[in-house]
Order: sequence, then structure tokens, then C-alpha cells
Amino acid sequence: MRQITLGKEGVEKNIIQTLQEKSGVRLSDCYQCGKCSAGCPVAFAMDLKPRQLIRLLQLEQVDEVLKSKTPWLCATCQCCFVRCPNEIKIPNLMEAVRQEAKARHIIPEKDIDKFNNLFLKNVEQFGRSHETFLMGFYNLTTGHLFQDVGCAPKLYFNKKIRIRPHVVKNKSGVKRLFQKTIEKGAK
Amino acid sequence: MKYAYYPGCSLNATGKEYDLSTKAVAKKIGMELQEIPDWNCCGASAAHLTNPDLALALPARNLSLAEGLGLDIAVPCAACFSRMKATVKAVRDDKKVLEKVNEIIGMEYHAENDVYNMLDIMANKVPAEEITAKVVKPLTGLKVACYYGCLLVRPPKTTQFDNPENPQSMEKVLRLTGATPIDWSFKTECCGASFAVAKQDVALEMIRRILENAKLNGAEAIATACPLCMLNLDMRQKAINAKYKTDYHFPVYYFTELLGCAMGVSPKEMGMEKHFAPVIPKMEEVWQRTQVAGREDQ
Ligand code: SF4
Ligand code: SF4
Repeated sequence: MRQITLGKEGVEKNIIQTLQEKSGVRLSDCYQCGKCSAGCPVAFAMDLKPRQLIRLLQLEQVDEVLKSKTPWLCATCQCCFVRCPNEIKIPNLMEAVRQEAKARHIIPEKDIDKFNNLFLKNVEQFGRSHETFLMGFYNLTTGHLFQDVGCAPKLYFNKKIRIRPHVVKNKSGVKRLFQKTIEKGAK
Repeated sequence: MKYAYYPGCSLNATGKEYDLSTKAVAKKIGMELQEIPDWNCCGASAAHLTNPDLALALPARNLSLAEGLGLDIAVPCAACFSRMKATVKAVRDDKKVLEKVNEIIGMEYHAENDVYNMLDIMANKVPAEEITAKVVKPLTGLKVACYYGCLLVRPPKTTQFDNPENPQSMEKVLRLTGATPIDWSFKTECCGASFAVAKQDVALEMIRRILENAKLNGAEAIATACPLCMLNLDMRQKAINAKYKTDYHFPVYYFTELLGCAMGVSPKEMGMEKHFAPVIPKMEEVWQRTQVAGREDQ
């Protein structure tokens, strides 16, 4: 049997407080019925099922949660939230854990993180998402050089992916929008 | 009927057929779609996983541009729809959020216009008679699995559309074409689109389960209302067959393509030859079946 220390002070308590505030979830609302885990379409790939992740946070076992792949694998499909008898916003909690982990440079799913970063860079540059660049850069930066390449000729041939990106006319407006949100985030 | 039209990035690229078929059907039923001028990407899930302000600001710019046109918005892509609805809800629930968003986008947005997904419009805004009146090549008996995915119906307080567990809008619309939607259990399961690139093994398993359930329930085709679901279900059948030694060859349609076909729009005009798993042969088969049945009746 594993022994854990309850009622920790300091850092753990603060992190838990932040997570609750950011996500709008009150951890004590969860009575561990498990409906969230039962319906989660990604549960098979998670190291902690959604219910377990919440339980660990209730017990203030923050380290284990921050290291978990689970928040990174969450597809934000909202299934758990819709089914939870206590309307706990689990996807928001996952999001908060992910941001908290990232702030501490804990990134258990590096590829997912890279993909999201590239996606946003793309939008910042062009105002729109450009699939050719996104896939190309993603494959280059992650070393998955040939992933989906088999599909590329058909996509290209059908004019579904282009070499020249669609660009928003008001590029500076969109860039400014990004800049502003980053400033806000820093505050 | 007139809407501001937000195609979104996917409909300009991998989801081209969705764009073409939506416009073709709109034209048939006399619905006007005015594209939002100089729209930008909605940020998809990448933005709201990274920065909550950005996730509101990107859609807000588009919403504000549409407001300038004085129109409600029609959105075909389920993912864009979900981001837009989330933004509308956030700024309507809290004036402070609206002020913050306006400051970020540097525009005056009032959240007065509404956002509807294309399926909602076809099922609940357009009178059924207007659609049936245009059906000239019915898809009689096509056993189709209506696949909604997650974002169209969840969470219901945000999307304000249909039932989150057993939605029926697509069934309702496609029945008008003569098709026979099947009952199945995976219509609102997530297809894993957000990590189809970065975590492919997980996405493949999620898609496999969806395809398997459609097969078990006797579907001969799948219909969807989302370009991301489409890409996943259509393009990845081959990879799934290779990985799991399965034999899935579902034609996967946008529900608008099926509507268009029934209304006599040519599949080519809607770009339907662009799918990975061929979708035109099934249409021809259905029309043939109808003809044969018609002759036998006489
Ligand atoms: S469904 Fe809700 S109450 Fe039940 S275990 Fe999950 S979070 Fe807790
Ligand atoms: S939102 Fe995340 S945790 Fe909840 S069911 Fe979907 S994938 Fe699982």
C-alpha cells in the first residue's frame, strides 16, 4: 500500500488554489463516481483516468498530476463535463493543469505541444491556418519526416493543400491581436 | 434567408467539398450567403489550450466583422462553430470580458448577432418542404450513419443545438432526401482530430472504434458536418486497415453533399471526386437501386 502525506502546506496548496481559480472547478465537488472516465474516448491512452487525476488533486498530490500525460491527451471533447452529475468542468481543469505544467517546463507530450505552438505561429503570420506549412514544419521539428506524406500527393493534386498560403489582408491587425493577448497574459 | 458566411481555414483547403456543396445547396433553396470580408482563423483548439484571451479574440474579430454586415452567421465547420459560440457566450455572460475582447481586437463588437451551424440551419431554419420540393434524385434507402462528433453538440449550454447524447438534426435532414439513417452509438464520440497529427496512434484507435460501430450497425455510408472529422474518417481508413488488418471502405460524405446530390447538383460540381475513399460510386449505386425498384413496382 502506498503512503501519502495529506494536508501539505505551501507550494502544493498554492498550485491547487491556482488550478481551481483558473478552471472554475471546485475539487471537493467530485464524489468519484467515475462517469467521466467511463465515457472519455481517450481514457485508454491516459496514464491517469480523469477521475484519478481529480482524486490525486483532492489529496494534494500535485507532482504526479503535473507529470501526467493525461491533460495533454485530453481532446477537450466535453463528454465528461456533459455527463458529470456535478457539472465539473473537467476539460477546463485539464487545460489549467497543462498550463501550470508548461509554466514549470514539464511537457510530457512534446509533439502535441510543438504542434499547437506551430499552429498558432501559422495563424500569427498569415492570419489563417496554412496546412502545408503546418504539416511541413511539424514533420521537420519533430523528426516525423514522413508522417502523412503518403497522403500529400492526393491532397496537393486535388488542390486541397497549396504551396502559397492564404493570407488575411489585415495582417497587422491580426498580429496586433496576438501581441495584445500576450501582453495581457503577462500581466 | 440571408446569412454572413464564415468558411474558416479548412473549407478553403482540405474541406473544399464542404464549401462547394454548402454553396450549391444554398443556391438551390434560395439562401444567400455573404462571406465575412477578410475573416481570420478561429484559433481552433490550439488557441484555447494555449491562451484563453487569444481563444476569444480571434473569433471575436470575425464576429465583429459579421456584425458590421448586420447579419447572423452561418458556420459549416463544427470546430469554428464551437469556438464562435464559446466566444459569444463568454462575452454575453460577462460585460467585462466583452470590454477586454474589444480592447484586444481594437473594434466595437456588441455580441448582438447569433451564430448557427449549417446543420442547424438546414434542419431547423429552412422549412422541410423547401428541401423536399427540390429533391429530384432521391437517395432512397441509403443506410447512412449520421456522425456529429463532439463540438457541434457539446457542451449544450454553449452550442444551444440539439441533444448532446442522441442528436437527430442530421437524421431529420437526410430523411428528406429519402435516405435511411441508422441507429448507432458512436454519433457523438470524439474522432481525436486535435491530435491526429501529433499523436496519431491514439487518433487511429479512436477512429477505428467509430468505423467499427458504424459497420456493426449496418451503415453503408457515413455523413458528417465537420471538415476535421471528414479528414480523419476519410483519409485515415487506409492507415487503420493497415494497422488493424481491417477492411473499412466507407464512403464519407458531408451532409451537404448528400443534400446536393439529391437536389440534382452534379457530384463533380461539389468536388466529390476529391475524397480519399471514393464516394461517387455509392451515389450511382443508390440511384440505380431506386430505378430498379421503380421498374419492379410498375
Ligand atoms: S463524473 Fe464528475 S463526480 Fe463523477 S468522478 Fe468524474 S468528475 Fe467526479
Ligand atoms: S474532455 Fe478530455 S477528459 Fe473529458 S472526456 Fe473528453 S478527452 Fe476525456
